[in-house]
Amino acid sequence: MTVVPSIKRDYITKLASEGKRIDGRSFNQYRPIEIKTKVVNKAEGSARVKIGKTQVLVGIKMSLGEPFADSPNMGVLSTAAELIPLASPDFEAGPPREDAIELARVVDRGVRESEVVDVEKLVITPGEKVWIVFIDIHILDYDGNLFDAASLGALAALSTTVVPAKRFEAELPEGYPKEDYPLPMAEPPISCTTVKINDYVLFDPCFDEEIIADARLTVATDNHGDIRAMQKGLSGSFTQEEIQKVIKGALDNGQEIRKQLNHSTGK
Amino acid sequence: MKSDIELINSEGKRLDGRGPEDLRKIKIEAGVLHRADGSCYLEWGGNKVLVAVYGPREALPRHTQNPLRAIVQARYNMAAFSVEDRKRPGPDRRSVEISKVISEALEKVILVEQFPRATVNVNIEVLDAEAGTRCAGLTAAGVALVDAGIPLRDIPVACAAGKIGGKVVLDLGKEEDNFGDADLPIAIAPRTGEVLLLQMDGHFTFDEFNHAFDLAVKGCHTVSELQKEAIITKYQTVAEEVQE
Repeated sequence: MTVVPSIKRDYITKLASEGKRIDGRSFNQYRPIEIKTKVVNKAEGSARVKIGKTQVLVGIKMSLGEPFADSPNMGVLSTAAELIPLASPDFEAGPPREDAIELARVVDRGVRESEVVDVEKLVITPGEKVWIVFIDIHILDYDGNLFDAASLGALAALSTTVVPAKRFEAELPEGYPKEDYPLPMAEPPISCTTVKINDYVLFDPCFDEEIIADARLTVATDNHGDIRAMQKGLSGSFTQEEIQKVIKGALDNGQEIRKQLNHSTGK
Repeated sequence: MKSDIELINSEGKRLDGRGPEDLRKIKIEAGVLHRADGSCYLEWGGNKVLVAVYGPREALPRHTQNPLRAIVQARYNMAAFSVEDRKRPGPDRRSVEISKVISEALEKVILVEQFPRATVNVNIEVLDAEAGTRCAGLTAAGVALVDAGIPLRDIPVACAAGKIGGKVVLDLGKEEDNFGDADLPIAIAPRTGEVLLLQMDGHFTFDEFNHAFDLAVKGCHTVSELQKEAIITKYQTVAEEVQE
């Protein structure tokens, strides 16, 4: 570890031993969240999410294409994340690297496995023609916790997506709706991320906390209070007790964030 | 490409209601990103552009360094969702070319000789595109460079003029760009009038070119005032916060 993060580590752990964090939050507390939808005109759906100073922009594009051979009765979801060099002095241009791919895959799984988008309703002609939904995540400003910002952005953008049936009118078969209509969506699960530094578990890590973290745990919960996805990262470990604590915290924070998400998408 | 649309009517009114010498609506905000050394958000008609400047910092890999001065690396990038049909992420030939001409334009105004072996990175992200993104990007880059505190000879600014339905007009919109007769984006250093960037496609007579060029320069000066306003606004806001 280079010298600056190790000094910060001392500082952050010292504060944590007094029950404090560098920006004055409690351990379970999120930074202020701001969700703004319909920010890109050319996109079928879009959202800009701010968690503290972290800023993410997600845009949805749709086009027609062939389904995968093993799932002829399903539309296609494709998620890509770009850690563009605009967002941090450490991000580089070029093809997505490890961390961008992990981010895209975690968000992708969150959207796919939770079945918020009903992919069967995206089929036009089984085995031949389906809607392809591209979820493109642009990181604009990186101050930690990209996982939550990106998945919240993806959900908000999807919730405001309008299927561009009119633009593809010529390619759609007869009897298929030719007017634009909202993308069919189910109730989304909300993901909450924590990091562990020594024995302290902190929700919504900012950049300084994230770079010195020993372990990371993301938990996605739905509106029934059930767990829908989990992902642990980094080389540290969690105890069972800590995991239970994280789940409880994720449920509480998830409730609040869901309210905000629904409010911002007008549901 | 020709179309049946009448881009400009006999009274000189354009599709979006503008007159021949009117700019689209422009909004500029300086210092919008937290991690960047300098940044700018700019809306120009339907264009939305975000620019972050990093540096001057050590140029890496080492072989890119110039022992006498800084290099300027602008990277123009379009978001996949910024256009009608999704653009595949990453650089294509068009964005590589635009990155190059913008880098060269900016290099002219930055005091590069003060920072040997360094680089200034200018990241231009087009979030929403509607004709004239390179002008919007370069204009925003000018503001972001000032915001980063990088020593400049002048604040670079860009604007385009063009020809639609046989008439020379300022600042082409989407349909005008697609179906118009000519497009002339330029960038200048407004204090001296030096031309930093100039591209042209389409068809102009000599007189039309001169007319279009004058019009674009005039547009640049108008936009230049907006750039300065955005920078002053940022520091006023900071000053007010300090006083509180």
